[in-house]
Amino acid sequence: MEKPLTKNIRPDSADYNLEDYSRDSGYSNLRKVLKNMSPAEVTNLVKASNLLGRGGAGFPTGVKWSLIPMDGDSSKQKYLICNADEMEPGTFKDRYLLEGNPHQLIEGMIISAYAIQASKAYIFLRWAYKKAEAGLRKAIDEAYKAGYLGKNILGSGFNLDLYVHSSAGRYICGEETALLNSLEGKRAVPRTKPPYPAISGLFGKPTVVNNVETLSWISHIVENGADWFKGLSLTGTGGTKLYGASGRVKKPGIWELPLGTTMRELLEDHAGGMIAGHRFRGALPGGVSTDFLIEEHLDVKMDFSTVAAAGSRLGTGTMIILDDKTCPVAFIHNVERFFALESCGWCTPCREGLPWVEKMLASIEEGSGKMEYIDLLNFNAEYMGPGNTFCAHAPGAAEPLQSGLKYFHDDFIKHITDKKCPWR
Amino acid sequence: MLSEEEIKEIQEEIKQYPYPAVACIDALKIVQHHRGWVSDESVKDIAQLLSISNEEVDGVATFYSRIYRKPVGRNVILICDSVSCMIMGYESLYEHISKKLGIRFGGTTSDGRFTLLPNSCLGDCDNAPALMINNDHFNKITAEKIDELLKRYK
Repeated sequence: MEKPLTKNIRPDSADYNLEDYSRDSGYSNLRKVLKNMSPAEVTNLVKASNLLGRGGAGFPTGVKWSLIPMDGDSSKQKYLICNADEMEPGTFKDRYLLEGNPHQLIEGMIISAYAIQASKAYIFLRWAYKKAEAGLRKAIDEAYKAGYLGKNILGSGFNLDLYVHSSAGRYICGEETALLNSLEGKRAVPRTKPPYPAISGLFGKPTVVNNVETLSWISHIVENGADWFKGLSLTGTGGTKLYGASGRVKKPGIWELPLGTTMRELLEDHAGGMIAGHRFRGALPGGVSTDFLIEEHLDVKMDFSTVAAAGSRLGTGTMIILDDKTCPVAFIHNVERFFALESCGWCTPCREGLPWVEKMLASIEEGSGKMEYIDLLNFNAEYMGPGNTFCAHAPGAAEPLQSGLKYFHDDFIKHITDKKCPWR
Repeated sequence: MLSEEEIKEIQEEIKQYPYPAVACIDALKIVQHHRGWVSDESVKDIAQLLSISNEEVDGVATFYSRIYRKPVGRNVILICDSVSCMIMGYESLYEHISKKLGIRFGGTTSDGRFTLLPNSCLGDCDNAPALMINNDHFNKITAEKIDELLKRYK
């Protein structure tokens, strides 16, 4: 089984520098691109591969790039941004790639910037990822010294400057237009779309924002082609995926596996099954902004469309497992409290709905919940849903809430009728 | 008044951007790095340096959770209170630390040694529960381990 993204990552993500990366033929794909390919050819290749964005939304990367106006005037400023603001609770996949193989990301970013003819690129990095920050700064320094960054890269005439921006906290920064405001030094509130960032992004210029895992793929696709990439997945969608699991499983962790691996295989073969004395009750398949899946979904293939058909989202692909010794109401309360705290406060359903949901869940968990709260929670889950809000924050919060109310209905009722949490 | 060093560092950040106001978050982080927190006076000084209003700087400063607008202790403990760490028992860990230091979330010990704060997911979910002390990450935290860790921070 091929593991292109993680094959060179060392145990404990030990230092993997330019020399090591070069020995594993690093930057040879950048040479190939700058020598033999036009920007449009790179974009078309990525389009043909059907690489879907690994940040959670699964938008086709090549299509995103092709929205950038390429009118031949290379003096017009464009930007490429790597979204490395990984803050989705339960998610730790980008950290693994950033710490373990920074040059893979940097080479991917240089090729991607060439495709859209961007001369400036930023890595928007989560503030807490201190090890990743140090590693990235060192790797960027090495890349400049080797002539892979800066002016006239490898004699091609292509220029690129790459900066690391370490954030100051707030989950909403991961939303791509909020990220742009944050990078401009402002409060990270999302922007209206349209215009999309491809037309008016950072400082009003055409901008592409891609996730770490997405950009880490680019040099591999250049090396091996679109058909190879498609052949890596079990479902034809393309590629492998970094999957992960946390919670009360025997071996929580992260694994690169073909896209479309089932939840059962992840849970039993890779995570080692549940800890003795604990039973699986459900999971959020890709971070807290995804709907619960339960036992009947264990054989669902974990790719974008199949998980969607089962009523959830692949999201980041890192599962949070709910076991029978953990109260589902407390679990959902924790998640909704997170969303309430992290709301930027810009639009009403999110700013008002989330604290209301959080308070009702807290009182149910404490034993003072009323039966009418069930309807009110469902009402809010719908009210915060797609179409009513400025960005995906509240709709994301609605997903575990609405699915939790459905799958763990009896547990909610028992809290209310017994006036206490059965797990306390 | 900002120190010469702070001004120099902020101006270095301004260089990479099209106009000075873009460096607002960097400036706040630089001041906080030198002083531990950002006072009203520092907000005014940053505003002046970046040619924007005090309110704009304060709006940014109060938006971001890792900018402190109140003094904090010499060491800041950030306990992950997100769901994977909840499943793995952060609540009992919090009670243990809280009892040991005599402070709740948001509090600072009377000797100014520690401030205790909650924090959303630290990206260490497969080794939960996790916490940070200043810039250092720690995971698979137990009561014994935290007792040992706290001794290292004076």
